[in-house]
Amino acid sequence: MSANIYRYELRTRLRSVIIWSLSVAALVFFYFSLFPAFADQAALMNEVLARYPPELRAAFNLDKVDLSSVLGFFSFLFLFVQLCLAIQASNYGFGLVSIEESELTADFLLSKPVSRAQVLTSKLLAALTSLTITNLVVWVISFAAVVVWRGDHDYAPGTLVLLLASIAFFQVFFLSVGLAGSLLVKRVRSVTPYALGLGFGTYVLSAFSGVVGQVALELVTPFKHFDAAYIVQHSAYDTPLVALNVAVSLAALALSYWLYLRRDIPAVA
Amino acid sequence: MSVIEVANLTKRYGKARGIEDVSFSVEAGEIFGFIGPNGAGKSTTIRLLLSLIHPTSGGARVLGQDVVSHGPALRRDIGYLPSEVYYYEGMKVIDLLKYSASFYAGDHTQRLQELAGIMELDLNRRISDLSYGNKKKVGIVQGLLHSPKLLFLDEPTSGLDPLIQRKFFELIHTENARGVTVFFSSHILGEVQRLCSRVGIIRAGRLVEISDIRTLQQNNYKKVRVTAAGLTPAAFELPGVNNLQADGGSVQFFFKGDVNTVLQVLSRQHVTDVTIEEPTLEEIFMHYYE
Repeated sequence: MSANIYRYELRTRLRSVIIWSLSVAALVFFYFSLFPAFADQAALMNEVLARYPPELRAAFNLDKVDLSSVLGFFSFLFLFVQLCLAIQASNYGFGLVSIEESELTADFLLSKPVSRAQVLTSKLLAALTSLTITNLVVWVISFAAVVVWRGDHDYAPGTLVLLLASIAFFQVFFLSVGLAGSLLVKRVRSVTPYALGLGFGTYVLSAFSGVVGQVALELVTPFKHFDAAYIVQHSAYDTPLVALNVAVSLAALALSYWLYLRRDIPAVA
Repeated sequence: MSVIEVANLTKRYGKARGIEDVSFSVEAGEIFGFIGPNGAGKSTTIRLLLSLIHPTSGGARVLGQDVVSHGPALRRDIGYLPSEVYYYEGMKVIDLLKYSASFYAGDHTQRLQELAGIMELDLNRRISDLSYGNKKKVGIVQGLLHSPKLLFLDEPTSGLDPLIQRKFFELIHTENARGVTVFFSSHILGEVQRLCSRVGIIRAGRLVEISDIRTLQQNNYKKVRVTAAGLTPAAFELPGVNNLQADGGSVQFFFKGDVNTVLQVLSRQHVTDVTIEEPTLEEIFMHYYE
């Protein structure tokens, strides 16, 4: 790890982190502000939802959650938070080393007296720090929203903690898979399509697996590894899926180091 | 002592050409010219020595250490000016240079200011606002500010105006006088001749020749074009004349040997126009492939 690279990386990503954090915070707070209305009209809501096609309810986890309870409602909006965080983390992952290559600054950095491993570790730690800032913002705003809007409805704080604690795993997954993905291709011309592809792709897979009820697809997508509805229903993680999630993240990280240490930095033109 | 030792170095990129079985060594304190047309493998060689890319086979030692296994340690003493300069666009020049300096132990602020002064570089501008020539100056300063023992200059003069080019050459001379070894890649023969003591000539990924710059100059052809009334090519059928071509009233040929013989012939003619110039690199390479 070299402190100067870490500092540089953190500074470069600062604006992006602020924008993402504020956007997700706004999403959580304003979305949750609808909760009192939902809770008051619970009977009506459930009646409306019952008329929706079961596939649609499954795609949004509405078959498993009770929108009139604090955490049921929260778990519904948490899906969208996860989607945002997935795209943010994928974005950082895909761009971690590829931006230096597409903007041709990799020659500058890698001709300095630092090893590839040091470069990658410093960049990873900086990206993790950035993601952790967003993570902390989500923690604070989530508790704030619940406290402000829950009214006299009860909730289990422990379950909310469990839900929010899943964010870190979730971010590491997309960061490391994005990074490994960027190193598997010869050149990443633009980070955004890859990041959106990974974020939305895994989300769609998860929604799709809800629709057809297939088990195999759950294995690949973190949206199932950390299914908010499951966590709220059981006040626990689906341990084997979480273990799988961690295993995939670690494998992606190991692969990234292996690839980056051997990588030929593409030359100009 | 050899500062660079390259042994059977080969790099292949799929179908694209890299370099093939390149061997040479550069001694401490010399300015070694590395010359060849674009795409010959000059940058590939330098990038291999900096371990930006990895060899397919063969190996290289720089400052006595293997470039693959000891890259980070030996890069402490290397300065590198890439042929195409790209830096973090959003940064100010001074911040980039400070960032660059932060990779090397010690305080390099004074040297940074000194070099920026010599190269007339405005430190407070943003990288994205700089012209190509000014970015090149940033490259020169960042390559030199940590007082390296070995300098890799990859086509350093492209984009520099003549005045700055001269200052740059002076700078390289001063560095060299202090004992810095310079590896100077270029496709312009003239500047290599001015600066270097020995040259390696690379073409199509292979090292064609390594020679002393004097030997190269002695073996060197001049390109002569003469326009004169009633000129016949026969007048120039001298030893050392090559590729003699007549076109209307003018005659063109390559000449190797004592230029005075040609001048004597010329003095007997009523010449309206004459040029005697360095052949282009391509024309010199014709010689190696005859």
